[in-house]
Amino acid sequence: MTRQTSLIEQVAAVARRSATGVLRQRALIIFPMLFPLILFAINGTSLSRVTELPGFPTHSYRAFLLAFPFVQGAMFVSISTGTSLARDVESGFLNRLALTPLRSEAMLFGQLGGAFVLGCVQAIVYLLVGLATGVTFVSGVGGVLVLLTLSLTISFAFASLGGLLALRLGTGEAIQGIFPLLFVTLFLSSATLPRNVIGTAWFREVATYNPVSYMVEGLRSLVIQGWNAQALELAFGLSLALAAVSLALARPAMRSRLART
Amino acid sequence: MPEPSIAIEVQELVREFRKGPRAVDGIDISVQTGEIYGFLGPNGAGKSTTVLVLTTLLPPTSGQASVGGYDIVRQSAQVRETIGAALQEAALDSILTGREHLMLQATLQGIPSRERKARAQELLERVGLTEAADRRVGGYSGGMKRRLDLALALIHRPRILFLDEPTTGLDPQSRAALWEEVSRLARDDGITVFLTTQYLEEADALADRIGIIDRGKIVAEGTPAQLKAEIGSPSVEVAPVDEQDTGTLAELLTRFGPPKRGARGSVTVQLPGGETELAEIVRLLDQHDVHVETLQLHQPSLDDVFLAKTGRKLEGAGAE
Repeated sequence: MTRQTSLIEQVAAVARRSATGVLRQRALIIFPMLFPLILFAINGTSLSRVTELPGFPTHSYRAFLLAFPFVQGAMFVSISTGTSLARDVESGFLNRLALTPLRSEAMLFGQLGGAFVLGCVQAIVYLLVGLATGVTFVSGVGGVLVLLTLSLTISFAFASLGGLLALRLGTGEAIQGIFPLLFVTLFLSSATLPRNVIGTAWFREVATYNPVSYMVEGLRSLVIQGWNAQALELAFGLSLALAAVSLALARPAMRSRLART
Repeated sequence: MPEPSIAIEVQELVREFRKGPRAVDGIDISVQTGEIYGFLGPNGAGKSTTVLVLTTLLPPTSGQASVGGYDIVRQSAQVRETIGAALQEAALDSILTGREHLMLQATLQGIPSRERKARAQELLERVGLTEAADRRVGGYSGGMKRRLDLALALIHRPRILFLDEPTTGLDPQSRAALWEEVSRLARDDGITVFLTTQYLEEADALADRIGIIDRGKIVAEGTPAQLKAEIGSPSVEVAPVDEQDTGTLAELLTRFGPPKRGARGSVTVQLPGGETELAEIVRLLDQHDVHVETLQLHQPSLDDVFLAKTGRKLEGAGAE
């Protein structure tokens, strides 16, 4: 005898599968995590003297730069989520699920389960690396908890974007192809330099309009400033907005992928 | 809802793709409950498209179809509850184990949590995957994947099962095991099976009735015996020990029909009266002291049926 499963039960089942997939593929966790750490190590050492620039908000460039791996890691989460979903489309696994009473919302949110696991692991590792390299958190223990929450929110937002791209493009290769564009948005943000210090006018202008700048600045504020409500509101707000827009656009795309007559 | 006597009813079904010919071009099918219906045709004939439409994964362009008594368009959710399907590619997650696949499918199909483990175990045993149950599917052979695919299709105890080329690419042993299980499902559990295949021997061995599809149209339908009988009688090929007896042999066999001479002095003749005429041939050869090296009875095959209906051999027809 079968019965209709609840939305929560469906989300949990899909999320368990997604999380299992991430945890069993160590390469999926280690390499995307290492790359931001390598950049953090290189830039943190080679650019340390930029703190001497007038108007630079802190004396520790590592403390300033710590937000960088968090956001870059979140971008990797988007690729991992997108690729995994695209693989389901390509392999026909989505067709298998379409033959069950699975709701499209459950598939979409459940797929983010793996992103949550990956986001958690990355955030904790980046935090520990930051602490190990002598970064102190001006906002204290409470700030660390908020930083982890914000980091997960940003990962969730980028994972939603990855899901949308997967459903729209339908192939893992296309997702991989888009990845460099995401990176460009990070390098054209205030990730490595504060906006007030960027000398090139067009770069400063782009960084000001680039939402990624505000995600980075929200995370950074907890490390070097303490409690900056405006920075946090912008970071949480923009991340949630990115997630909301991505999921809103992904929903009809998922419905069409889970097309049933 | 009481089980209808007709499990699958298709009328004038058409499926067109935007840039291509009609994949399914006005087909009519009627499958009785409990029957194994073999849907035979070469690659690209329209078999898989038909399955996708009947399993509600693809809307029809026109025509009507009901599965389990439910309309595939208006009552698609009820259709999906009624059916199980193993589609052409055994779409499995290589990272998950066989048991995890079954548990996921059981949850999504709404099997109560207290029953899921037992149901998964029952199916793993049935398809012979108990030992491999907790291994990742990425390490499974093609046959094991197909068996898991079948188990997944059966998890919610469907009344109708769609199997799209379930044995393509399998070794003979795996193929035989799957045939046995499909036969058992129809025989013991009363499940209606709609099976697509490009293998003649598979359709012949498994199906109660066969529909032959080519270029989107059904070109023949009936039981294997009916289809073979439709295109003619069996033939006998006789090869004499001494090739010099070929002339006598041909003359003797003329009374059954025009003889055709073959390699190494053999002579073939159609038997309009069926295989019962074989005894008479043997008697005749004995009376005239013609010593025979081989005597072979050839029944018409489904390939002969396909050839007669389409003018092409089934093997390689899809590549055209």
